[in-house]
Amino acid sequence: MSTNDAYYIPHKATWPIVGTAGLMIMLAGVANFLNGSPIGTTMIYVGLLMFIVMLGGWFALQSVESETGMYNHGVGISYRMGMMWFIFSEIMFFAVFFGTLWYTRNLSVPWLGGEGAKAATQQILWPAFEATWPTNGPGKVGGEFEPMGAWGLPFLNTLILLTSGVTCTWAHHGLLAKKRDQLIKGLLATVGLGFLFVAFQAIEYHEAYTEMGLTLGSGIYGSTFFMLTGFHGFHVCVGAIILSVVLFRSWKGHFQPENHFAFEAAAWYWHFVDVVWLGLFIFVYLM
Amino acid sequence: MSAVVAEHDHHHDDHDHGPAKGILRWIITTNHKDIGTLYLLFALAMFFVGGSMAMIIRAELFEPGMQFVDPQFFNSMTTMHALVMVFGAVMPAFVGLANWMIPMMIGAPDMALPRMNNMSFWLLVAGVLMLASTLFMEGGAPAGGWTLYPPLVLQTGKAFPFAVFSVHLLGISSIMGAINIIATILNMRAPAMTLMKMPLFVWTWLITGFLLIAIMPVFAGAVTMLLTDKFFHTSFFDAAGGGDPVLYQHIFWFFGHPEVYVMILPTFGVASTIIPVFARKPLFGYSSMVYATASIAFLSFIVWAHHMFTVGMPLAGELYFMYATMLIAIPTGVKVFNWTATMWKGSMTFETPMLFSIAFVVLFTLGGFTGLMMSIAPVDFQYHDTYFIVAHFHYTLVPASIFILMAAGYYWLPKWTGHMYNEKIGQLHFWLSTISVNILFFPQHFLGLAGMPRRIPDYAIQFADWNMISSIGGFIFGASQLLFLYIVIDTIRGGTGEKVTDEVWEDAHKHGLEWTLPSPVPYHTFTTPPTVIPTEHI
Repeated sequence: MSTNDAYYIPHKATWPIVGTAGLMIMLAGVANFLNGSPIGTTMIYVGLLMFIVMLGGWFALQSVESETGMYNHGVGISYRMGMMWFIFSEIMFFAVFFGTLWYTRNLSVPWLGGEGAKAATQQILWPAFEATWPTNGPGKVGGEFEPMGAWGLPFLNTLILLTSGVTCTWAHHGLLAKKRDQLIKGLLATVGLGFLFVAFQAIEYHEAYTEMGLTLGSGIYGSTFFMLTGFHGFHVCVGAIILSVVLFRSWKGHFQPENHFAFEAAAWYWHFVDVVWLGLFIFVYLM
Repeated sequence: MSAVVAEHDHHHDDHDHGPAKGILRWIITTNHKDIGTLYLLFALAMFFVGGSMAMIIRAELFEPGMQFVDPQFFNSMTTMHALVMVFGAVMPAFVGLANWMIPMMIGAPDMALPRMNNMSFWLLVAGVLMLASTLFMEGGAPAGGWTLYPPLVLQTGKAFPFAVFSVHLLGISSIMGAINIIATILNMRAPAMTLMKMPLFVWTWLITGFLLIAIMPVFAGAVTMLLTDKFFHTSFFDAAGGGDPVLYQHIFWFFGHPEVYVMILPTFGVASTIIPVFARKPLFGYSSMVYATASIAFLSFIVWAHHMFTVGMPLAGELYFMYATMLIAIPTGVKVFNWTATMWKGSMTFETPMLFSIAFVVLFTLGGFTGLMMSIAPVDFQYHDTYFIVAHFHYTLVPASIFILMAAGYYWLPKWTGHMYNEKIGQLHFWLSTISVNILFFPQHFLGLAGMPRRIPDYAIQFADWNMISSIGGFIFGASQLLFLYIVIDTIRGGTGEKVTDEVWEDAHKHGLEWTLPSPVPYHTFTTPPTVIPTEHI
C-alpha cells in the first residue's frame, strides 16, 4: 500500500469532456450513418478527430507528468490496477463471442439438426437440415462458401504474433538493463510484426470475400468467424498503435528501469491480444 | 477521535486547490466530492424522469381500455422507464455515494484516478442523453422491453442504433467508474484501515465493482451482435442462419442477473452502515456480512437462466438453475438475520434514515420471498411474464434500493451540507412513501397470480379493481417524492438553520471516519491519512 503523502491528485481536467463529446458525436454519427442519414459521415469524422486529439493531448500530458517525477509509487500501483482491470473487462468482452461460438456449435446447431429432445423442432422447421460445422444454417444464408483453413496465413500469423511476444519481452529486458538500443530494436520488431499480422489478416479477409464466398453474412459460421477475428484484429491495431507511442517515447529517452508504466501496460495489452489469438487459432481455425 | 481530523496542509504541489469558477467547475472537476454531487443530482433528475414515465404507465392502466397513449408509446414507456431507472437513476446514485463516501470512509485524499472519474460521469450523461433522444425519433423509442430481446427489438425504428450505442457509452462509463472504485479501495486506504476493518459500504462496493467490470462488456457484446444482425447481415440470433434467439437471452441474463445485484449490493452496504448507528450497537456479524456479500456476488454468475424457465431449456438446465437460484436465499438470509440481530436490544431511535432502513429490511425480505417462489421452475410457469414478477422486482428495487438511497440522503446530507434537514417533513415523506409503495405494488401480486400479463396497455375487465388501487398508490408515491426534492433543496439552502455537529448522529464518529471530519466537509479531506480509525462497525 502506498503512503498517501505525495499521491498526485490532478486538479481540473479538460481532456475527459473533449473525449466524451468526441465519442458521443462519433457514435451518434455511426447511428445516423446506419439509418441512412447524410449527416452521419461528417459526424463520424468530427467525433473521431476530437477523440484522436483527446488521446494525443491526454497521453502527452501524462507522459510529461510521468517524466517530471510527479507520480510516486502509489500512483503507479493505481495505474497498474487500472490497466489490469481494463484487460479483465476486455477478456469478458471476448468471452461473449467465444461463448457464442461454443453455444452455436454445441447446442443450437445440433438442436436445429434434431438432437436430443428437439427432434420435433427439426421435423417441423427444417427436416432436411443436417447439423454440421461449419454451417450457414438451414436457410443457407449467404450462399455457398468455403471455410477458412488453419494452415496457410492463419498459422503464419500465429508464428508472427508469438514472435512479437518474444521481441516485446526482449525489449523489456533491454529497458530494465538500461540498453536503450535493445529497447528500441525490440519495440520496432514488435510493432513491425504487429502491423504485418494486420496486413496478412487483410489479405485473408480479401481472399475470403472474393474467392471463398465467405462473408460476415455467411450464416452463423461467417458471423462468428468475422466477429471474433475482426474484433481481435481491431485490438491488434490498437495494441500496435499503443506500442508505437511507447516506441516514440523510448526514442525520446523516456522510461527508466524503475519507472515505465506505459511500457508495462502496452506489453500486458500485447500479451493479452496474443493469448486471445491462440484461443482463436484453436477454436475458430483448428477445431 | 476528533483529534485525528486531517490537517489540511497543502505541501506537495502549487496548484490552485479551490474549485474552478462558475459552470466550468463542474465540467472539468476532478474532486471526488464534486463528482459525487454531480452523480447524485443527475440520478435525482433521472429518478423524476423515469418516475414520470411510470406515472404515464399507471395512468394508462388506471382503467381498462385505452385512455391516454397508444400501445406503441406505452411499450416505449415501460422500456424507457426501466432503462432510465436502472442506468440513469439507481446505478449513478450509488456511484455518487461511492464517490462521496469511499475516500472519506477509508481515509484517502481522493479517488485513485481523478481524471478518469470525471470522464466516467460525463460518459454517463452522454449515454443517457443518447438514450433519451430516441424518444423523439421516427418510429419512437425502443419498445421491446429493457431486455432488448431479438427478434422483437430488431423492429425498432431509427432509434435502434442509438439505443445500442447508448448502452456502449453507459457500459464504458460504468467500467471506468468500477475500475476507479476498486483501485481506490485497494490502493488508497489509510495504513490502519485493513480490509476487514472497512465499513460494509466500502466492502459491498469493492465486490460490486468487480461485478460491473465482469458484466458490462458482456452486455456490450450482446447489443453489438444485435447491431450486426440488423445492419450487417450476421445470423447470431436467427435460426435460419444457424443462430438462436435464445442465445441472446442467455447472454443478456448473464449480464442481467449480476446487474440487479449491482443495484442491491451497495444497498446492503448502506443499510449495514446506517442500522448500527441508530441501534447504537456494532453491526452484528461483520465478517459474515462480508462473506455473504461475496457469496451472493459469486452466485449471481451461475443462476442467470432462472429468468428463462419458460423458454424451452433442457430439463437438466431447469433443475440446475432452480436449485442454484434457491442457494441465494442462504447468504441473503444471513444478511437479514444480521440486520435484525443488530437492532435486537439496541437503544434504537427512529430518525428518517433509520425508518427507511427498517422499512428496507422488512419490504426487501418480502421481495426476496417472492423471488424464492419464482425460483421454483414448475410454478414459475404461472408467474412468468405476469404482474407477479413486476411486483417482485419492484419490491426489491423501490422499497429496497430506492428507500436506502433516500436513507443515505437523509443520513449524509447534514455531513455534506453542514445543515440539518427538516425531520418532520422527512418522516412525513417516509410514511407517505412506505404506505403508498405497498398500495402501489402489493396488489400487483394478486394481478399477476390471476394472470395479468406485464407490458400491456389494456387488460381484461377482471383486473380492473386492483389496477385502480395500484395506480392510486402510484400517484401518491410519485407525489410524495416531491417532498424529498423539496427537502434536498431546502437542506442545501440552510435546512432548519440548526448547526450540525461534526458527528451529526450521536456517537456516529465511532462508526465511520467520515464523522470525524468537519460539517460541512471541506473541499479536500485526508490529504494526510488518519492514524486511528473507528472500529464500532466491526
